[in-house]
Amino acid sequence: MTAPHLRSSLPATGGAAADMIGFWTLFYKEVLRFWKVGFQTVAAPVLTAMLYLLIFSHVLEAHVRVHDVPYTAFLVPGLVMMSILQNAFANSSSSLIQSKVTGSIVFVLLPPLSYRAFGAAYVLAAVVRGLVVGLGVLAVTGWFADVRFAAPLWILLFALLGGGLLGTLGVVAGIWADKFDQLAAFQNFLIMPLTFLSGVFYSIHSLPVFWQQVSRFNPVFYLIDGFRYGFYGVSDVSPWTSLAVGVCCFCAVAALTLAMLKRGYKLRM
Amino acid sequence: MSVPAIRVSGVVKHFGAVCALDGVDLEIGGGEFFGLLGPNGAGKTTLISALAGLVRPDRGTLAVMGHDVQSDYRQSRRLLGVVPQELVFDPFFSVRETLEIQAGYFGIGRCRQRDDWIDEILDNLDLTTKAHANMRTLSGGMKRRVLVAQALVHKPPVIVLDEPTAGVDVELRQGLWRFIRRLNEDGHTIVLTTHYLEEAESECGRIAMMKAGRLVALDTTANLLQRFVGESLNLEEVFVRVMNA
Ligand SMILES: Nc1ncnc2c1ncn2[C@@H]1O[C@H](COP(=O)(O)OP(=O)(O)OP(=O)(O)O)[C@@H](O)[C@H]1O
Ligand SMILES: [Mg+2]
Repeated sequence: MTAPHLRSSLPATGGAAADMIGFWTLFYKEVLRFWKVGFQTVAAPVLTAMLYLLIFSHVLEAHVRVHDVPYTAFLVPGLVMMSILQNAFANSSSSLIQSKVTGSIVFVLLPPLSYRAFGAAYVLAAVVRGLVVGLGVLAVTGWFADVRFAAPLWILLFALLGGGLLGTLGVVAGIWADKFDQLAAFQNFLIMPLTFLSGVFYSIHSLPVFWQQVSRFNPVFYLIDGFRYGFYGVSDVSPWTSLAVGVCCFCAVAALTLAMLKRGYKLRM
Repeated sequence: MSVPAIRVSGVVKHFGAVCALDGVDLEIGGGEFFGLLGPNGAGKTTLISALAGLVRPDRGTLAVMGHDVQSDYRQSRRLLGVVPQELVFDPFFSVRETLEIQAGYFGIGRCRQRDDWIDEILDNLDLTTKAHANMRTLSGGMKRRVLVAQALVHKPPVIVLDEPTAGVDVELRQGLWRFIRRLNEDGHTIVLTTHYLEEAESECGRIAMMKAGRLVALDTTANLLQRFVGESLNLEEVFVRVMNA
């Protein structure tokens, strides 16, 4: 044997503990990624939500009360939830498509990360981005309305569920899309209509019966309705119904994501 | 006999109508310094990608130190370090962050040994002064060095380098070979592709030549140089003759 040339040795790794470290590292990397460009990823969406609030509340405050809640106060949770959803989706989907297009996705495909750890890290980072933006929106828009916190646990639960669902959907979209414009189509033709037609800006009871029925097929409606229940204790449907719908949707999308990741769909040729 | 570092059996891979790998069988022993040569499009990168699990073969199996790359992928990937051919990087991070993150993916958390090893890699690849520079600000050759560093960060026993010296200046190339040779002397198996055949001739103990998805030559470097009896050829001349045969 020749004398060892290289000084350093590494601790032995393997098994579930190594996978856990891999998971936390990928999660940390994903959080750092959006945090380093926080002006675009956090400040910009907070400003957008602020503008919605100023315009809609200015136009409608004097005319509309929903469930006996003043319009601006009604609007705040809707905007917060919309921001959580859109930013959670944006985080996982844009990170994945960016690293696919530039090729740096190999850095996460070469290591022994399990496909579960891989998916979970992207989703959890998306949830964090959603929550950070959501808190920012709440902090800023809360000044303009008498916001109450009737049932804080429901607030937290629906925030996590919404971030998780859209973060997971973002993983699906980011893996499926080959180009940025395909991702934009996903965003413009699916995510945007679902969030806008969900009761962010109105109670569905103010809609004609037909559109009320249509809204009930939109999972985002339940997320926003349940979230709003946490603030004012009033909602269009029972929060338990909303929770059930949210959890079912999350499980379905998560199952799809895991199946895609396990097969290596579009990631491993 | 001990398990080979790499075993490739009957691997076939098509991309649409293109047959990138057309039944490749290959065994590389532990501790070898092995060269994988072939013209553009021969299938070298596809073979490496299949080994790394980036490409799934249509047929055949591959294993790293006896661990199948499909069924036992966690273990096979832990044992393998790959320097990709494409010059890719993550623009958000510094060199050191990039390496720490890469180590984390392999299950190596923050600890003294990890930091020492990263220091040692940076030192050997002459990157110490760039440790805190953002990846975006590095020159092409520097980015290539970071790619090499990333492949070594978990100290894998089997190291595959897909054209590691493309676009790298003379001094670093020599430094890089010194480092790789040292790793080889320490028992790491090295597999290398390059279009600089004099590098392969001086570094590799054994060489495979690929053409259109098949192995067309596989022998020790010394035997390959003797292949055409009565003529004293260098590796490049042998390569040209094999390819035109
Ligand atoms: N993702 C892909 N999609 C379609 N065709 C591919 C893909 N990857 C490789 N190929 C084709 O497979 C063949 C082998 O390519 P490969 O990259 O393995 O060659 P190589 O030996 O590494 O060449 P080079 O020396 O240029 O790097 C080529 O014909 C290439 O066009
Ligand atoms: Mg190649």
